[in-house]
Amino acid sequence: MHKITISGFGGQGVLSLGKFISYSAIEQNLNTSWLPSYGPEMRGGTANCSVIYSDEEIAAPVIDHPDILIAFNEPSLDKFENSVKEGGIIIINSDIVHKKTTRKDVKFYEVPVDTLASAINKRGANVYMLGVLLPIFGGEISEEAAIHAVEHVFESKPKVIPSNIECLKAGIEYMKKNLK
Amino acid sequence: MKKLWKGNEAIAEAAVAAGCRYFFGYPITPQNEIPEYLSWRLPEVGGAFIQAESEVSAINMVYGAAAAGARAMTSSSSPGISLKQEGISYIAGAELPCVIVNMMRSGPGLGGIQPAQGDYFQATKGGGHGDYHPIVYAPSTIQEFVDITYNAFDTADKYRTPVMIIGDGMLGQMMEPAEIPPMKDTTSIFQKYNKDEWAACGHSDGKPRIINSLRIEPDENEEFNIRLFKKYEEITKNETRAEEYQLSDAEYVFVAYGSVARICKAAVVELRAQGIKAGLIRPITLYPYPTEVIASAAKSAHVKKFITVEMSMGQMVEDVRLAVNGLKPVEFYGRCGGNVMMPTDLVKYVKEGK
Amino acid sequence: MKIVADKPKMLTDVPLHYCPGCTHGIVHRLIAEVLEELGKVDNTIGVVPVGCAVFGYKYFRCDVLEAAHGRAPAVASAIRRVVNPENMIFTYQGDGDLASIGMAETVHACMRGENITIIFINNGIYGMTGGQMAPTTMPGEKATTCIYGRDPKVNGNPVHMCEMLATLTGPAYIERVACCDVPNIRKAKAAIKKAFEVQMAHKGLSFIEVLANCPTNYHMTAVESMQFVKEKGIPFYPLGVYKDITKEEK
Repeated sequence: MHKITISGFGGQGVLSLGKFISYSAIEQNLNTSWLPSYGPEMRGGTANCSVIYSDEEIAAPVIDHPDILIAFNEPSLDKFENSVKEGGIIIINSDIVHKKTTRKDVKFYEVPVDTLASAINKRGANVYMLGVLLPIFGGEISEEAAIHAVEHVFESKPKVIPSNIECLKAGIEYMKKNLK
Repeated sequence: MKKLWKGNEAIAEAAVAAGCRYFFGYPITPQNEIPEYLSWRLPEVGGAFIQAESEVSAINMVYGAAAAGARAMTSSSSPGISLKQEGISYIAGAELPCVIVNMMRSGPGLGGIQPAQGDYFQATKGGGHGDYHPIVYAPSTIQEFVDITYNAFDTADKYRTPVMIIGDGMLGQMMEPAEIPPMKDTTSIFQKYNKDEWAACGHSDGKPRIINSLRIEPDENEEFNIRLFKKYEEITKNETRAEEYQLSDAEYVFVAYGSVARICKAAVVELRAQGIKAGLIRPITLYPYPTEVIASAAKSAHVKKFITVEMSMGQMVEDVRLAVNGLKPVEFYGRCGGNVMMPTDLVKYVKEGK
Repeated sequence: MKIVADKPKMLTDVPLHYCPGCTHGIVHRLIAEVLEELGKVDNTIGVVPVGCAVFGYKYFRCDVLEAAHGRAPAVASAIRRVVNPENMIFTYQGDGDLASIGMAETVHACMRGENITIIFINNGIYGMTGGQMAPTTMPGEKATTCIYGRDPKVNGNPVHMCEMLATLTGPAYIERVACCDVPNIRKAKAAIKKAFEVQMAHKGLSFIEVLANCPTNYHMTAVESMQFVKEKGIPFYPLGVYKDITKEEK
């Protein structure tokens, strides 16, 4: 069971990373909910989503205290870092966010996900981040389930599936080495 | 097989599976995915979609399609539903079956586009003029949205009445796993509900079918109103639904519907983990209202008080008070304007009385 | 230092919420420039729509009402009855607002010949709600409620507002302009100025249709969307003056 808040600029793949997690959870036969923020602006602005997966019924789809926060920009870190559960996890995209968390009671990961992913697929940052999350999930969602999710999401664009799976695997390897 | 569905799209596909072949709508956030989905989906199954010039027009298209014997639907969000009220009153007055979806946003006026539940009065008390009520469902999960939409057309046809399904921006926009039931056989619907007897679809048997809500003679109109309310009595008897959660020993009973009920459920779990006996009554039908469920809980010795939780300034709380009838205190906790309460807010409210 | 270019005083400092490349900002500026040049900033009343320009009240430094979707001409007609005849009144409406849900209000305000100015932004799509078909979406043009492109047999035909309204006795001045390049923007400004002059002279209703863009929902870059307006929009919606009673008077 994890309650995850993902936040960043619109267009950074914030919402789609959330969907990847939910799709993976379904592949794993878990319950899941994906709740996006939505606003009047069609472009720009900030976007965030709340993703939960659990083997039990998911009551509230809203999250007041996430156990994982993924911040793709600084305003997101500022806005949500204090809401993270004690002992929780904060992951930043360190290509964009150039500051550290002020929290002492959480695990803090700085992942230069744009740089790492672009070596494989320029648009692969969110799938790479999905890979990063799997070791943190501690086996609750398998690599296989995540691969199925990627294949499902890119069903209509089969050409991009291999490089995305490569991103996923690279993300997993990265976090296996860096897991605290 | 379960798939990940966005609330609005799940409702749209469930309507198709239920045999709905006609949809009339107009853009308004946060329900746009319903008309967008049906604009391509309905032609695939031999149905039709019209983007009407306004919500007023859309609901009158529903009136037309329903009058001709079809399964028809419209959807909108709060300000658009206000515009439909005249048409809904006519549909109730002409005893036509249809389904109307309202993905509520905050008001009054143009308000905002974030989730709200400020249309409870409008939905349940008959938002248009005259004595009538649509049947009102308030699902709380995407799967429940699917199941209720799937059955709503049958209920509408059975009683020849408008059925309203209300959600909010949160339920419309979120994604959850859901399974769409199999396609209903649309060819049998017309016969099953004897629509030939009343539908104005072109007859040559010398018995014109008249679809009308004009009853200019007071006696005739009174008689109709009395008959309509006999129907509502039957609907109340047969269709009233509520979920009871952790109620058997509950001291603090939340009453909430839709997305808010889920937040209450999470609060119940947390309160119980802290040793506080909380429970939840979740009305699934808002009209007919599950008065009996609440009244019987009010008579239970272990229940100390009721806390009605809504994303409004307090609307359903009036029906809770009527049901409790002074036996126990009925308190109200609300957020509005598009703000959503968190489970921790409710835990704090129960523990601190504020 | 000498200031050679400045923001019109009639525009506030609130950052526009419009998408990058959208022409709403240009038309806002043109209205502000014109009213300043006519010395009418202080007694102007604007009525803004529901649609992308819904936040218009934040951007114009004058009295502004936010109307219900499509109802701006009705609201403006009533204001006209109440305020001083010298007050300038304009509505600012998109295609969904003016030509779909508000068609009746638009036509009837024109029929009555209200002494107001209507600025009609026609980009052929619902912007704020995410790209649904508008009453002015052109045949073949894609939208989220006609994903294979508008087919008049299925989706109906688009409406030419200027041509239709020009058949009415009420309106005093009707012109269609485009906001797709500098020469056209200059012409747009002249048209808007003419419209307000007609109102100042109490001649009756003036209606300016501006062909605008929507890069976001066209799924185009800003430049591509301007090209689209120029190459596809203008041939379908010809520019020009459709009615001018000041000319007829001469």
